[in-house]
Amino acid sequence: MDAAAHRLGLRRGIPLAHARAKVPGLTIADADPDADAEGLHRLALWALRYSPMVAVDPPDGLWIDITGASHLLGGERPLLDDLISRLAGMGVAARAAVAGTPAAANAIARFGHRPVSVIDDALETVSSLPVAALRLGSKMTVELRRLGFETVGDLEATPRAPLAHRFGTLPGRRLDQVFGRVAEPIVPVVPVETVQARRSLVEPISTAEALQAVIGALVQDLCGQLEQHGLGARTLDLLWHRVDGTMQAIRVGTAKPVRAAPHLTRLLVERIDSVDPGFGIEIAILTATLAEPLSAEEVGRLVAGETDPGTFDEVATIAGLVDVLGNRIGHDRVFRCAPVESDVPERSVTRIPALAPPVPAGWPSKWPRPGRLLTPPEPIETMALMPDHPPMAFTWRGVRRLIKRADGPERIHGEWWRRDREMAAARDYYVVEDHTGERFWLYRSWESSPDTGPMRWFIHGLFG
Amino acid sequence: MHPEPRPSIALQDLRNRIHQLEIGGRRAMRVLPFGISEVDGRLPGGGLALRGVHEVAEGGDLGVIHAAAATLFAAGILARMTGPVLWCLRASDLYAPALSQVGLDPNRVIYAEAPDERTLPLLVEEGLRHRGLAAVVGELAKLPMVASRRMQIAAEHSGVTAIILRRWRSPAAAAAEIGQPTAAVTRWRVSALPSSPLPAPGIGRRRWRVELVRCRGGVAGEWDIEGCDEEGRLGLPAHLADGSASRQGTLIEGTARAVGLRFGT
Repeated sequence: MDAAAHRLGLRRGIPLAHARAKVPGLTIADADPDADAEGLHRLALWALRYSPMVAVDPPDGLWIDITGASHLLGGERPLLDDLISRLAGMGVAARAAVAGTPAAANAIARFGHRPVSVIDDALETVSSLPVAALRLGSKMTVELRRLGFETVGDLEATPRAPLAHRFGTLPGRRLDQVFGRVAEPIVPVVPVETVQARRSLVEPISTAEALQAVIGALVQDLCGQLEQHGLGARTLDLLWHRVDGTMQAIRVGTAKPVRAAPHLTRLLVERIDSVDPGFGIEIAILTATLAEPLSAEEVGRLVAGETDPGTFDEVATIAGLVDVLGNRIGHDRVFRCAPVESDVPERSVTRIPALAPPVPAGWPSKWPRPGRLLTPPEPIETMALMPDHPPMAFTWRGVRRLIKRADGPERIHGEWWRRDREMAAARDYYVVEDHTGERFWLYRSWESSPDTGPMRWFIHGLFG
Repeated sequence: MHPEPRPSIALQDLRNRIHQLEIGGRRAMRVLPFGISEVDGRLPGGGLALRGVHEVAEGGDLGVIHAAAATLFAAGILARMTGPVLWCLRASDLYAPALSQVGLDPNRVIYAEAPDERTLPLLVEEGLRHRGLAAVVGELAKLPMVASRRMQIAAEHSGVTAIILRRWRSPAAAAAEIGQPTAAVTRWRVSALPSSPLPAPGIGRRRWRVELVRCRGGVAGEWDIEGCDEEGRLGLPAHLADGSASRQGTLIEGTARAVGLRFGT
C-alpha cells in the first residue's frame, strides 16, 4: 500500500466494490502469494550484500543481522540509508529500523512513527508501540485491546500469570523476545550454487584455539573446492551455529580474488573476538558468497610454480596488506590519491582504489601547493593595497600576522560548467610568509568582477 | 713509526661493533644519507637508518597542530626511497599535490584513514609487517613506549622504515606529550625559518631549522637548512656552504662496513 494509493483513499482490506467506487478504472489483478514469496526470497538473496545473515519475514518483510558489519559501510545509519535508497531505485518502498533484537526491529519498522529509525535503547520506543506490534495474531490482538491493553508497555506492566492463564504462553514469549530477554533464532537464507565448506562438531567448542583450528580446516577445504572451479574468493561468510539454536557470523572481504589459504585464514582469525560462542558451537559453515575467476597474472604465477600458497611476492603482499587494512577499517578508507582535471584546488584530488593501476599524469601546476589544506577555507581579515597586491597583514583565528614576503597572484577561475554562480567567480591566490617564516596560502575571492562587488579573503592552506 | 688512527675511524668502528651486538649480528645496516655532511656525520652509519622508527615533530604553535613542515621533511625522505609507502592518518587535511611537488609520486602512496586515534598505531604496525613496502608513515598524537617498541621490532625484522609524524590538537597537549620517551631511533624537530632571500620581491626556497633531538648511537645537533626541492633533497644555505663542510655529491644508499685498520712500521 504505497503513498500514491493512500492519497487516493485506498486502504488495506477494504472491499473491492469500495475500491472501485473510489478510483474509477482501477486495474484488478489476482493476488499471487506464491510469486510474492518468491520475490521476497530473491530480495533476501540480494540483501546478502549487507550481511551474511538475512532471513525472510513473511509476507512482506526481511530481517538482516548487521552485527559487526555496519562499520564497513560507515555506521548503522549510512547502511540503512544505502539500503532504502537502493530499494527505492528498484521501485520498492520500504520502512526500516535497526534495534537490538529482531523482534524490536520488526515492531519498530512496522509500527514506529518514522519510516527509517535507528534505536539504541529499545525499551522506551517499543513500550509506546501498539499491541499489534507483538505479532500475536489478529484475534488475540483484538481481545487484548478489548480488555484495555493499548500499548506494549501496558502489557509488559501486568503480571504474567493471569495473562498466561487467559492467553497462553505466546504473549509472554513475544514480550521477552522484544525486550531481549530470550533469544529468537532466525533462519537465514542460503544462496544456492555457492562454494561451501561445512563442519559439524561432535562436541560443542567455545575456546579461541578450537575456533581457529576449525577455521583452518574449513579454509583448506574451501580453497580446494575453489581450485576445482577455477575461482578465487572475494567475500567469505562464516556462520557459527550455537547449541541454543542461534547463530553468529563473520564476514571478510578481499580486494582481489584470492585462493591462498594462509591469507584467508588470517583474515578470518582476526575477527574471532567478535564471536560469542555462548554455551558452545556445534556447526560451522564457511561460504564463499562472492567468488570470481582468478586474474590472469595470478593464474600464470601459479602455473609457473612461482607462488606456492604459503608465500607472497611483493605485489601480492600489497594486495594482502590492502585486504587486512580494509577489513579492519572499511575498504573505502584505504585508497590512493589521483589527479582530477580541475584547477580548483579542493577539487583537483580524488580517491581511487588502492590497487588500481598507476595513473600516468600528475598535477600540472608549477605554482607551489601547501602541505595541509583547510576544508573549508577559513575567512580572514586583511589589510591590502588594491587591486593586485598581496596583503600587508592578516588576522586568522584571532592572531594577527605581519607579512614580510609574498608571491602571487595565481588566478584560478570558477568552473561555470559545474555551477552557474561560478561563471564570473575567481580566486587570486598568494603565498605569504610572516616574519617567523611560517607560510600561508591566502586567496581573495570575488563573485562578479574584480573591480566591483565585495571582496573576501580566505586562508586555504599551510606550507611547510 | 705508524700513523695514529684518526679518532673518528676508531669511533665509527666502535659504533659498528655496538650496533652488531645490538642486533645480534644478523643484518648489515642500511642507511639513506641526507646528502649534507654535517647531518650525515652525526647519524650512525652516515644516514637515516632504514630499519627503524623515526619521529618527526614540528615546533611553533601552528606546527604542533598542522605539522606542515614536518610532513614535507618526511615526504622528502620518502621521495628518495623506492617502493610503495603506506600513510596512516586520521585527519583529511593532507594535500597530495604538495607531496608530489617534493618528489613523492602519488602512485606510490597508499593512504589508510583510521576512524579513531586508537586504531592508528595498529595500522602502522600492520604496515611494518609487510616486506613489500618501503616505508610507513603514521600521524600520531600519542606514542606510548610499548607501541613504539613494537614498531621498532617490526621494522627491524621486515626492513620497512617507519616515520611517525607527531601532531596534536593544541599546544598544551603537545607540551604534555613531547617529553615522553619513545623507542625511536632518531627524533627530529623541524621548524619554519624565514626563506632564502631573493634579490627581487618574492619568496625564495623554504628554510627550516632541523634539530636532531635524540639519536641512538649518535649525537644531537641543530642545523639551519634549505627545505626539500622537487626531488626531496635538502640543501645548505649559501652562506654555510661557503664555510667548512662541502656538500656530498650524489645520493646513494650506503652500507656501513667496519673500517679495517692496518698498522705498519
